[in-house]
Amino acid sequence: MVHEFLQQVETVFRNIEMEKPLHPDRIVALLDHWAPAPSVEAAEIHKICRELVDQYDIKNWYDMRDGICHQIMPEKGHVLPGDVIIGTDSHTTTYGAFGAFSTGVGTTDMAIAFATGKLWLKIPESIRIEIRGKLQSNVMSKDIILRILGDISADGATYKAMEFCGDTIRTMSIDGRMTLCNMSIEGGAKNGIIEPDQTTFDFLKNRVEREYSPLYSDSDADYSEKIEYDVSKLAPQVAKPFSPANAVPVSEVEGIEIDQAFLGSCTNGRLEDLRTAADILRGKKIPLRVRMIVIPASREIYLTALKEGLLEIFIESGAQVYYPTCGPCIGGHLGLLGSEEVCVSSSNRNFLGRMGSGQSKVYLASPATVTASALAGRLSDPRIN
Amino acid sequence: MREALVVEGKVWKFGDDLNTDIIIPGRYLTITDPEKLVEYTFQDLDPDLSKKMGEGDIVVGGKNFGCGSSREQAPMVLKTLGIGAVVAESFARIFFRNSINLGLPVVECPGISGAVENGEQLRILLEEGRIENLNTGEIMKGTKLPAFLIDIIRSGGAVAALNSKMREKR
Repeated sequence: MVHEFLQQVETVFRNIEMEKPLHPDRIVALLDHWAPAPSVEAAEIHKICRELVDQYDIKNWYDMRDGICHQIMPEKGHVLPGDVIIGTDSHTTTYGAFGAFSTGVGTTDMAIAFATGKLWLKIPESIRIEIRGKLQSNVMSKDIILRILGDISADGATYKAMEFCGDTIRTMSIDGRMTLCNMSIEGGAKNGIIEPDQTTFDFLKNRVEREYSPLYSDSDADYSEKIEYDVSKLAPQVAKPFSPANAVPVSEVEGIEIDQAFLGSCTNGRLEDLRTAADILRGKKIPLRVRMIVIPASREIYLTALKEGLLEIFIESGAQVYYPTCGPCIGGHLGLLGSEEVCVSSSNRNFLGRMGSGQSKVYLASPATVTASALAGRLSDPRIN
Repeated sequence: MREALVVEGKVWKFGDDLNTDIIIPGRYLTITDPEKLVEYTFQDLDPDLSKKMGEGDIVVGGKNFGCGSSREQAPMVLKTLGIGAVVAESFARIFFRNSINLGLPVVECPGISGAVENGEQLRILLEEGRIENLNTGEIMKGTKLPAFLIDIIRSGGAVAALNSKMREKR
């Protein structure tokens, strides 16, 4: 999988003594980071990518029509249980939610994979994370992963696989599972993984064409570490600046005033996230001093949200809804932050300067917490008492 | 006997979890010319910092150096600035791979943060993983890179190594 970095991949690939990728049919390409182009520079990158797709004979090409890479890869049937997938994006770990091994690589690794169809990979040790219990209302899988990151720290899983299991996972939606695997990279993990089950197979139905054979962990597998969580009393979590591993219960930061609330990204721009947010917003108004930005992760999600009336709820409440793109998550466009501004975001990184000014601050939280905070104008607990 | 891989230069020291957004912020990634992109290296930390860095200088990091995005532009701007090597307590895996792939030497060395100060001179013997602080005389053992990674660095990066392999096959 390759997005706008296809342009970068070419600058490497041109130095390899080969005309074309070995297996163009195994490549999926699209544009999502700066879509539509917010600058001439981005437009030029997009132009180059379109030319390359022709030149390389890449048929799995979505241009910028269908949304964010990590959402459309599974939606379009490119992710199957048991697959090995690499992407020029660190959040490629997302596909572990379908029982695939997937990890992010740089442009040189991708260019070499283009040329040879191969890549050397060390088999990672695994950390088994068993999650039990029913989450409270408006506590989400995002809160689980933020808590885990807070406990293991930003390098607690370096080079390892984070395997999520337990009854909470078995009853969790695909949307929620994707959020867990998506953010495993924030603990340094090579990949996140969840055993496929009926929920997975139901999602894949009518999407995939290739045959697949799911893989499961051995009952006597060795783990480098085993961690257990009972999440039935887990409070909503917020990661303070400037690390996703800076998680605290929302009560510790409640009341901090915000300027912007962002609901979207490959981490939390899915239907379940939008539905949760719309339930909180229905019939209410966001104060004028808060900008709430909503970006569904894909065209499919956008369209469903439109048909379900969710977008209407957002717009009525004063939120601004944009077309699927990575947008503000990478400080690309559609809502960068000015100096001293504070944003609560459903995205994955709150690094210094990530969403704009080096003097801005980002608090990471679940879609529910982002939305409740937007309504209150300050960081707030979304739980319904 | 091939010439030993030695890097010697002035230290620029950083803390733990230095992420790729700090090295090169995402909002500048539409700049595709490395010579222009380097101007924004460490922009949010100190806009003048990269201008002070010179040929052969050595970046010293704490734990989890290079965490975050898979952007290869992060090691690329360091290499373009002339950085000769990065030594850190530990590395995030994608940054580590990307650096080797570009031929930028990376050495893991637990304890390095406490053993060097900004501006001191280091000498690194890559094959041995040996690091010498030329100001204090202290000698540290970093993790030795496996031979095939040393070969990639010696070739000047993974692409050059791949090309010579493909030529051998023909």
